[in-house]
Amino acid sequence: MDALILQTLNGLDKGSAYALIALGLTIIFGTLGVVNFAHGTLFMLGAFCAVTLQRIIGISETIIDPTKKDFLGNPLKVEVPYLQAWFGHDTAAAITNWSVPLSLLLTVPVMVGIGVVMERGLIKHFYKRSHADQILVTFGLAIVLQEVIKHFFGANPIPTPAPAEFAGSIDFGTMLGFPPNAIVYPYWRMIYFLFSLFVIGGVFAFLQFTTFGMVVRAGMADRETVGLLGINIDRRFTFMFGLAAVVAGTAGAMYTPINSPNFHMGMDFLVLSFVVVVVGGMGSLPGAVLSGFLLGILESYASMNWIKDIIPGIDQIIIYVIAIVVLLTRPRGLMGRKGVMED
Amino acid sequence: MGILEVKGVNKRFGGLQALGNVNLSVTENTVHAIIGPNGAGKSTLLNCLVGKLIPDTGSVLFDGQSVLGRKPHEINQMGISRVFQTPEIFADLSVFENVLIPCFAKRDGAYRLHAFETIAAETDILGKAEKMLRDVNMWDKREMHAGALSRGDKRRLEMAMCLSQSPKLLLLDEPTAGMARADTNNTIDLLKEIKSRGNITMVIIEHDMHVVFSLADRITVLAQGSPLVEDVPENIKGHPKVKEAYLGEAAH
Amino acid sequence: MLGLGKKDLMFLLIVVLLTLTAPILLNPFPEGSAMAQFNAGYPDLMQRIAIFAIFAVGFNILFGLTGYLSFGHAAFIGVGSYAMVWMMKLLTMNILPGLILSIVMGGLFAVVIGYVSLRRSGIYFSILTLAFAQMCFNMAYSVLTPITGGENGLGPQIADPRILDAVNTSGSVPEVNLFGLSMRATYKMDLWGRLFQFNAGYYVCGILSVLMFYLALRIFRSPFGMMLRAIKSNQHRLNYTGLNSKPYMLAAFVISGMYAGLAGGLMAAMDPLAGADRMQWSASGEVVLMVILGGVGTMLGPVLGAGFIKYFENIFSKINDSVLHDWFSIFPKWLENLLVGILHPFVGQGWNLTLGVLFMLVVIFLPGGLIEGGQRIGRLFRRKPDAKGPAPASTPAE
Repeated sequence: MDALILQTLNGLDKGSAYALIALGLTIIFGTLGVVNFAHGTLFMLGAFCAVTLQRIIGISETIIDPTKKDFLGNPLKVEVPYLQAWFGHDTAAAITNWSVPLSLLLTVPVMVGIGVVMERGLIKHFYKRSHADQILVTFGLAIVLQEVIKHFFGANPIPTPAPAEFAGSIDFGTMLGFPPNAIVYPYWRMIYFLFSLFVIGGVFAFLQFTTFGMVVRAGMADRETVGLLGINIDRRFTFMFGLAAVVAGTAGAMYTPINSPNFHMGMDFLVLSFVVVVVGGMGSLPGAVLSGFLLGILESYASMNWIKDIIPGIDQIIIYVIAIVVLLTRPRGLMGRKGVMED
Repeated sequence: MGILEVKGVNKRFGGLQALGNVNLSVTENTVHAIIGPNGAGKSTLLNCLVGKLIPDTGSVLFDGQSVLGRKPHEINQMGISRVFQTPEIFADLSVFENVLIPCFAKRDGAYRLHAFETIAAETDILGKAEKMLRDVNMWDKREMHAGALSRGDKRRLEMAMCLSQSPKLLLLDEPTAGMARADTNNTIDLLKEIKSRGNITMVIIEHDMHVVFSLADRITVLAQGSPLVEDVPENIKGHPKVKEAYLGEAAH
Repeated sequence: MLGLGKKDLMFLLIVVLLTLTAPILLNPFPEGSAMAQFNAGYPDLMQRIAIFAIFAVGFNILFGLTGYLSFGHAAFIGVGSYAMVWMMKLLTMNILPGLILSIVMGGLFAVVIGYVSLRRSGIYFSILTLAFAQMCFNMAYSVLTPITGGENGLGPQIADPRILDAVNTSGSVPEVNLFGLSMRATYKMDLWGRLFQFNAGYYVCGILSVLMFYLALRIFRSPFGMMLRAIKSNQHRLNYTGLNSKPYMLAAFVISGMYAGLAGGLMAAMDPLAGADRMQWSASGEVVLMVILGGVGTMLGPVLGAGFIKYFENIFSKINDSVLHDWFSIFPKWLENLLVGILHPFVGQGWNLTLGVLFMLVVIFLPGGLIEGGQRIGRLFRRKPDAKGPAPASTPAE
C-alpha cells in the first residue's frame, strides 16, 4: 500500500509535465488546427531559460583583492559576480538560490516572444496545408532549435538546483501512519505538482470566464462558424499560440531541478506528450490533462519491481501499450469529440 | 416485389424525426425519383440506402438482401453505385485512370494484389474504359487531371465511373446541381440513353423538376420525413398535397 | 521488355549504368587536389547511399503513393539489422541467408504494426507508428538485451557457432562475404591521377538497389500502384467504387517494411554491428526527409534525396574551421572571419542543424522536392508554360 502511494506521488510530477505539454498541444491543435511537432522543443527552451538565468547571475568580474595573497605572494584575483557587487552579498546569494523560480520572470516574456514569432513567421503559413506538411515543418524547426541549443550549451545535462529551502524531502508516510521513510517525497516535486495545478487551473479559468476564452472555446468547437462571425481570429490565434508556448516554457523551467535539462529533452517529452494527447482525445483539454496525469502515474506504477518481475521491461513501454489499446478500443481517445481529425 | 424495398424506416437525430415510417418499393428497370422540399429527409433516406446511416427501425432490402450495416465496398459489390451531390472523383489522377479503377473493381472484386502486373497489358479493361469515356464524350480529355475538369465534366466523369461497373441500381443525389442549362440537358440525354439501354434501375433525388419529369417513371414526394404521395409523374403535377407541401414551405 | 514501357526501360537502363559506373563518376577530382575532399567515390559512402536509396524508395511506396506518413519505419531497419547479425552468428558469414531473413522479419513486423496502425488514418496513424517504433527501440535497449546487445550493440564474435561455415581457426572474426567474395574486397585502379575503387560490398548494395528500384517501378506502373494513388486522392470514392482500401494499405505498408528490412540487413552486412539507435525516431525522420527532399511520389526523387543527404552529411562533417578559413582567405580578414563565424555552426558537428534548416526550406518553398525544382528550372529555360497544367498523373515525373 505504501509503495502504491509512493509511486502515485512519483508519477504526479512526470504526469504534471505531460499534462502541461499536452495542454499546450491541444490548445494549438484545437484553435489553430495545427499539429505542432516543435512543442516539446518549447518545453526544452523554457528549461534553458532557467539555465540562462543561472548563467547570467553567475557573470562576474575579476578584481584584485589586495588584502589576500596567493601562495606566491601575489595579490589574489577573485571572481566577484556583478550581482554581489551591486546588491551586496546576502541579496545576491538569495537570488542565486532562488534562480529557478525567478527564471519564470525571464521565461514568460521570452516564450511569449518565441511563440509570437513562430506563429507569425512560420505556423501561420501552414494553416491551409496538410497535417503531414505541418508535422514535417515543425519537425524541421524542432531539429533546428534543438541544435542551436546544443551549439550554445553543449550536449551534457546542466544541473540547475532548486532553492535550498526545497532541497529536502517530506515524509508523507509518517503523516498517514506508515513507518518513517516509507513514503518520502521531495519538496520540489510537490511544488511542481502544485505549480502545474495552478497553471492548468489558470488556463481553464481563462477559457471559462473571459469573453476571449469563450470565443476560443467556440472556435475549438466549430472553427468555421466563428470565422464567419467576423471576429478577428488571427490575433486570437497568435495569442493562443503564445499562451501555449508560455505554458510549455514555464513547465520546462520549473522542471529543471527534477531532471537536469539537455538539448534533446524536448523531443523525448514530445513523443510521449503526443501519445498523451491522442489517449486523452485530440482537441479535448480535460482529456489532455487527465491522460497526462494518468499516464504519468501508470508509468510510475509499471516501474515497481514486482510488476517488472511479472512483465519484464513493462516500465519502458507501458505508455505506448496503453496508447495502442486506447486507440484501438476508443478511437477518439478517452474524452475526444466526434469529428475531430477524422477523414 | 421491387428490387429495392424500404420498409418502416425510422431515423431520429436527437429530438428531430428525420425519417418517419418510410415505405418505398422501387420496381426493377425503372427510374424512381424522390422529391420534396428542403429538409424533407431526402439525403437521410439516401444515406440509409447505402448503409452510411443505420435506421433506428425498419429494413432496407436490395435484391432480397439487407444492406444495413454493410461497408461501402460491400454495398457496391452488391451492385449499387452512387453519384454524390458534389462529384467524388480521384482529383489527382488522370481522367482515364478514374474510369480504369472501377473497371478493375468490377472485374477483380474488392481486393486483388496486382502489384507486378502492368496496366498496359489489361487490354480488355483498357478497351472497356475507352468505350465508357467515348460514350460520355470525354475521350479527348483522358490525359487531363480529373481535378482540373469543369464541374459539369466532373459530374459526367463520375457517372461514367459508376456506369462502367454496369450497376443494377444507380443512386443519383442531385445529379444536375450547380450545372448550366446546357450541361443539365446533356445529363438528361445521357441518363435517358442509359435508361433506354435497359437493365438498370435508378433512384434520383432532385430539385430540378425539369429533370425529374423528363426521366422519372414514378415519383415519391417526401415531406417532413414521411412519404406524402407516390404516383406516376402525370398525377403528381397537379396533386393538391404536393402543392401544399411546397407552398407551405415557400410561405415560411 | 521486363514489363516496362519504352520510356521506363530507358530510364531503368540509365539507372543501371549510373549505378555500375558510380565509382568512376563520383570521383571527378584528382587525388591530392584541393577538390578531392568533394569526391564521393569511396566504398563506404557509396554503400550508404545505395542502402538509403533502397530504404527511401520503399518508404516512398507507402508515403508517396498513399499519403500515409509513417514515423516508425526505423523499427524495420533495426529488425533487419538484428536479423542479419544473428544469421552471421548462427549460420554463416555469407550474407545471403541474413538478407533473406531481414526481408522476412521486416515484413513480419510490418504486418503486425501495419495491421494495428492502419485501423486509424491521418495523424493518428503517424503517432501509432511512432509509438510502435519507440516501443521497439525501448525494448531493444532494455529487456531484449540478450537478443539485441542493448547499449553495446550486437556483432559477430569469434566464438559464435556459425554451423554452416568451416571451422574458424584464424583467431579473428571471419570476413563478411557472399559465397566467398569478401564484402571488403576492393579492386583499386589508378588512372588519370585518380584512384578508382571498385568494391564488392558496394556492388552488392548497388545491384540490390537497382533490383529494388525496378520492383518499385513495376509497382508504380501496376494497377495496384494506381489503387494506392487513388487512396491518397479520394479514399471515400474508392470504397464506394467497391474496393476495400484496407488490404491495399496493408500490402503497401508491408512492402515498404520489407524494403526497410532489406536496407537494415545490408547496413549490418557492410558494417557488422547492429545497434538500437538505428531504430530511434530521428532515423525515421531522416528517411521522411530524404523522400520529401527528393520529391514525394516520384520514382527518382527518393534516390536523389538519399544520395544528396548522405553525400552532404559526409562532406559537411569533414569541413572544419581551418577548411573554411582556407576557402575564404581571398576575402579581407574581417569578412573572412565573419563568413567562417556564420558557417561554423552548420559544418562539422553541426550537420544536424543544416539538415533541420534544409528540411524546413524544402517543406516551405519546394514541397515537390528536388524533382520539382529541376522541373521548374527546366520550364524556365524552355519558357513554354504548360497549357495543361502539371504532367498527367499516369506518368509520375522522373
